Amino acid sequence: MKGNEAIAEAAIRYGVDGYFGYPITPQSEVMETLMAMRPWETTGMVVLQAESEVASINMLYGGAGSGKRVMTSSSSPGISLMQEGISYIAGAELPCVIVNVVRGGPGLGTIQPSQSDYFQAVKGGGHGDYKLIVLAPSSVQEMADFVGLAFDLAFKYRNPAMILSDGVIGQMMEKVELDEYRPRWTDEEIIEKNPWAATGKKPVRGQNIMTSLHIQAVDQENVNRRLQAKYKEMQEKEVRYETFMCDDAEYLIVAFGSAARISKKSVELAREKGIKVGLLRPITLFPFPYKEIGSYADQIKGILVPEMNAGQMIEDVKLAVNGKVDVEHYGRMGGMIFSPDEVENALEELIIGG
Amino acid sequence: MIDVKDIIKPENLVFKKSKVLTDTPMHYCPGCSHGVVHNLIAEVIEEMEIQETTIGVAPVGCSVFAYNYIDIDWHEAAHGRAPAVATGIKRLMPDKFVFTYQGDGDLAAIGTAETIHACNRGENITIVFINNGIYGMTGGQMAPTTLEGMVASTCPSGRDHARDGYPIKMSDLVAQLPGTCYVTRQAVHTAGAVRKAKKAIRKAFENQKRKKGVSLVEVVSTCNSGWKMSPVDANNWMAENMFPFYPLGDLKDE
Repeated sequence: MKGNEAIAEAAIRYGVDGYFGYPITPQSEVMETLMAMRPWETTGMVVLQAESEVASINMLYGGAGSGKRVMTSSSSPGISLMQEGISYIAGAELPCVIVNVVRGGPGLGTIQPSQSDYFQAVKGGGHGDYKLIVLAPSSVQEMADFVGLAFDLAFKYRNPAMILSDGVIGQMMEKVELDEYRPRWTDEEIIEKNPWAATGKKPVRGQNIMTSLHIQAVDQENVNRRLQAKYKEMQEKEVRYETFMCDDAEYLIVAFGSAARISKKSVELAREKGIKVGLLRPITLFPFPYKEIGSYADQIKGILVPEMNAGQMIEDVKLAVNGKVDVEHYGRMGGMIFSPDEVENALEELIIGG
Repeated sequence: MIDVKDIIKPENLVFKKSKVLTDTPMHYCPGCSHGVVHNLIAEVIEEMEIQETTIGVAPVGCSVFAYNYIDIDWHEAAHGRAPAVATGIKRLMPDKFVFTYQGDGDLAAIGTAETIHACNRGENITIVFINNGIYGMTGGQMAPTTLEGMVASTCPSGRDHARDGYPIKMSDLVAQLPGTCYVTRQAVHTAGAVRKAKKAIRKAFENQKRKKGVSLVEVVSTCNSGWKMSPVDANNWMAENMFPFYPLGDLKDE
């Protein structure tokens, strides 16, 4: 199935309570699949087409504050429209999942795949000091698997989580193993698991108020301190990454998502030529594997960061090695996708020959 | 001489604060309509015995702190987004009573799309719409509902439709939509008006049980601070100027 269809299938099977979305290429299959599967008749999941991405993210805000598992999906221009709502959700510390099937920009841009929303996803995106948990799938299988993972992390930390995909993974077809159906939380389970949720005030507790408003500066600073402590804990506990042929590597390629998938082939091509290169693929883009990439700094001679953008994740890779190793970017933009040969050539020219 | 203690005997009680109102002192200016409308909502929730099953959605504006005064669970929405937030809540918890509380800037300017579409989808929610023709919290700027010729800080020589456009009648607009079942325009400037407004709010909440769509109660209100008038003058000015353009009464009751 397609990556976008895998998202929809996985959401129903995971016991998601609500999906709110607005059509935009290249991810409209998510809502189309959900509507065709009619999960309201089986699991009771609500699926609603909103009038805009602004509305859908605010429907998510209402659903998340009810302690339910809610998600949306969109692509770059739509995600930009959602930034206000995402900031409110992060400020109110509510869990939800947002899928961004990235297309090239800026502006209306192109409907072709890109990775140009990295900064927006990992550095905050909307206003105020906040972070999303960001997962970067590089296969259709991971599109399915990361739905549940994103919800688990979102509820663990009461923080919005984003699956940062792109048009390649969204539209690509692969075999997928799907999880078994699991039931949605009952109302009693929601009250027990999420005692903070606005489920109706009971005599046993005070009001539950979903808000990001703290008009006194000292209160707002305390909220900011709590958020920063949470992000620090994520950085310590939730970093996920994958390595390929890194043990004896003299050179490293660091790439995420579809760029990592292409770069894996580039590693094989380079190895055939006797070049000792490995691939490190960050799976969590926030928290970013700074320490893990940094640990290779003494072992390797250079790092290539192939990205389908003008050079965004490279800034975090540079932070990770802190000037100890030469780090170069190789990118295609605007919906153009590099081939494994291109990346392998870039490795030879920019890193080995450079 | 009568002592205060003699006066506050139960048999002398003529008004009792609703149990659904908290003890937090309201921050509203003396003469503001918000406090009265908050009280009416609290009384309706108490009388319907739905304190444990009602979720409010607060707006951005002076009533941003509505959750400090009405003792229920709340969401504080972004400016204009309350009907979308309420949609998310109601769709996922259809048995709860869900209402938004919105000012004119919130509902009729920045949140026009969310308002129209929540009404058009026929969400089973209640919308309480405070129309005082001005942006109160930010200091008296022109609102979408500011009357022609009316002075505000961003139209100091009066609203001029050639430059500023016309005041918008949102209740008339949404009454046209099949997704609304009850649209009414009320006020709270006299005891009689308060009683009528309470009946309207009660009906708007009761309607959620019928699942026939949105019930919207507009309350034409004063903002005496923003209008730079005394509370009494503001009430008189409202009756003379606002009511002819925003006439009170039901626009739709199905």
